[in-house]
Amino acid sequence: MSSITAAGGPPAAGAPQGGRRGQSFDPSSLARHSPRYGERAVMVVLQGAAMLSVLVTIGIVVSLLLPALSFFREVSVGEFLFGTRWTPRFPGQESYGVVPLITGTAWTTAIALLIAVPFGLGAAIYLAEYAAPRVRKVLKPVLEVLAGVPSVVYGFFALTFVAPFVLEDLLGIEVGTFSVLSAGLVLGIMIIPTVASLSEDAMSAVPSSLRQGSLALGANKMRTTLRVVFPAAVSGIAASIVLALSRAVGETMIVALAAGTQARVVTGATQPGQTMTGFIAQTATGESTPGTLSYNTLFAVGLLLFVLTFVINMISIRLVRRFREAY
Amino acid sequence: MATIGQLATQPIKARKHGAKSPASIAFLVALWCALGFSILCLLTLLITSVMDGLPRLDSNLLTQYTSQIAPERGGARAAIIGSLWVIAATAIMAIPLGIAAAVYLEEFADPRRWYNRLIEVNLQNLAAVPAIVYGLLTAGFALSIGLRRGVVLAGGIALALLILPVIIITAREALRAVPAEIRQGSLALGATPLQTVWRQTLPSAIPGVATGTILALSRALGEAAPLLLLGGLVTIRFDPNGLLSGFTTLPIQIFNWAGRAEADFQQLAAAAIILLLVMLLLMNALAILIRNRYQRQW
Repeated sequence: MSSITAAGGPPAAGAPQGGRRGQSFDPSSLARHSPRYGERAVMVVLQGAAMLSVLVTIGIVVSLLLPALSFFREVSVGEFLFGTRWTPRFPGQESYGVVPLITGTAWTTAIALLIAVPFGLGAAIYLAEYAAPRVRKVLKPVLEVLAGVPSVVYGFFALTFVAPFVLEDLLGIEVGTFSVLSAGLVLGIMIIPTVASLSEDAMSAVPSSLRQGSLALGANKMRTTLRVVFPAAVSGIAASIVLALSRAVGETMIVALAAGTQARVVTGATQPGQTMTGFIAQTATGESTPGTLSYNTLFAVGLLLFVLTFVINMISIRLVRRFREAY
Repeated sequence: MATIGQLATQPIKARKHGAKSPASIAFLVALWCALGFSILCLLTLLITSVMDGLPRLDSNLLTQYTSQIAPERGGARAAIIGSLWVIAATAIMAIPLGIAAAVYLEEFADPRRWYNRLIEVNLQNLAAVPAIVYGLLTAGFALSIGLRRGVVLAGGIALALLILPVIIITAREALRAVPAEIRQGSLALGATPLQTVWRQTLPSAIPGVATGTILALSRALGEAAPLLLLGGLVTIRFDPNGLLSGFTTLPIQIFNWAGRAEADFQQLAAAAIILLLVMLLLMNALAILIRNRYQRQW
C-alpha cells in the first residue's frame, strides 16, 4: 500500500478529529488511528474491481480452452494446424485444417499494414514535426474520428464502394464482390489512426534538445526527422505498428462483410478468402448448439486467434516499455 | 571578412537552403499526401454513406420493424431500442467497476507489488484482445450459469468486459492529472484517504472520467462482433423490454442488411449507418463539450 493508504494499525486512542494530538511528529503515526472497518471494506471492493481484470483474462483462457480441448479430442492438433482443407460444414467430408483461414488473415493483415504503415507514419511525422500547433489541434481529432467509425461501417464501405468503384472501375482491377484486397485496403484505412496516433506520441516524446543539437550541426529538418527523431522514437513507432497488426488480425466485421465466406488457401490479393474472425462470425450467426463439434470448432479457432494476438500484444507492451525508459 | 551580423545570419540561411532541397520538398509532399489520404478516406466514407442512405432517412426508419418482404418500408426500430438497452446494461456494469478499479490502481496500489504489476500488464493486454473473443468468453460464461445467450444482459456483459480496460485506463489518466497538493491538503485537514478520494480527488477528476467513459460507450455502441456470438443476429419484430429480452442492435442490423444482395436492403443499411454515425457524433460532441467546459487546468 502506498503513500496515502491508512494502514489499519493498532487501535490508538482518540478520534481523527480529537483534541489529543500525538506527542511526537513522527509522520507515520498520523496514519495510525482507530481501525475503520467500513473503509477497509471499501478498499477490498476497490481492489476486487481491479482484480476483476485478471479474472477476465483467466475466464477467457478457461472458456476458450475447455471447448477447444473437446475439439482436439476429435481432431488432432497436427491436422488442425497444418491441414489445408477447411470444410467443417460439409456433411460427410468434414476437414479441419486451419491453414486456409490463416492465409486469409495473413493476406488481409499484410495488405492492411502495407496501407497503414506508410500513410500512418507519414501523418504522424507531419503532425509531430512539421505541423503548426494550430493545424495539429485540428487534424489530430480528425484522425481520431477515423478511429471512432464503427467497423461495420468500414465493412459496408468496402463492400459497396471500394470493391465495385475504386478497384473495378477506377483502377480496373478484376475483383469480385468479395476479395481479400478490398477487405485489406479498408482494414488498412481503419488502422491508420492507431499507427499515426501512437507514433506521433512517441515522436513528440523525443526531447527537443536532440532536434536542436542536430539542427545546430547543420542538418536540415528532413535529416533531423529521419536520422535523429525517428531512430530515437523507433521502439514506440514499432509498438504502434505491432498494435495495429494485432487489431488487423482481430478485426471481424470488415472481413466478414468484404472478404468472402469461402475458406480456401488464398494465393492472390484479388481472390476471396475467409479469415479466422470471419469464420467465427459466419458460424456464430448460424445454428451452433453448445457441445457439438461445430460449436467447439469456434472455440478452437478463437483460442488460436487469442494466442496469436496475445503474443503480438506482449511484444508491443515490451516495446512500449523500452521506449518509455529511454527518456 | 564577414561582419558579426552576417555570421549570425549564416546558419539560418544554411538551414533555409537545406529545407528547400528537392529531397526535402519531396519528403514534405509525401507527408502531406499521407495525411491527405487519411482525411480523403474519411470524407469519402462519410459522403458515400450519406448519399446512399439519404433517400431512406425517413420516419419509417425510426418507427418500423425490419421487413423481409417490404424492405422499402422497413425500419430499424427494434435495433435502435435494442442498442439503447444494451448500452444501458453495459454502462451500469462497466462504469462503477471501471472507476473503482482505476481508483484502486491510481490511488492505493503499490506498483512494486507483483500482483499490481500483473494487473497493469494484464489491462494493457486486455485492451487489445479482439472484440470477438469477448463474445466467445461471454457465450461460454452464459452457458455455464444457465443464462440464455440471446438476451440483452449477455450482450451488456460482453460489451462491458470489452470497454472495461478502456474506462480504467482513461479514468486513471484523469485521476493522475489531479495534482498531489489537493490530496495532501485534504489529508492534512484530517480526512481519511478514502474521504480524500471521494470528496476531493474523484470530483476533481470527473470531467476527464466522464469524457473517457462516453468515448468508451460510443465504442460499445458501434461494436457488433461480440454480439454476433450472443445471438444478436436475429430478426426481432418487437421492442426489447428488459434485461432478459431478446435483442438486436443497430450495428448488427446494419451487418445483416449490408450482407444481402437486394439494393433496397443496401439502401436501408446506408440509412441506418447515417443514424449510427449521428448517434456517435452526438456522444463525441458531448464528451468534447464536457472536456472543454469543465476540465480545469491545474
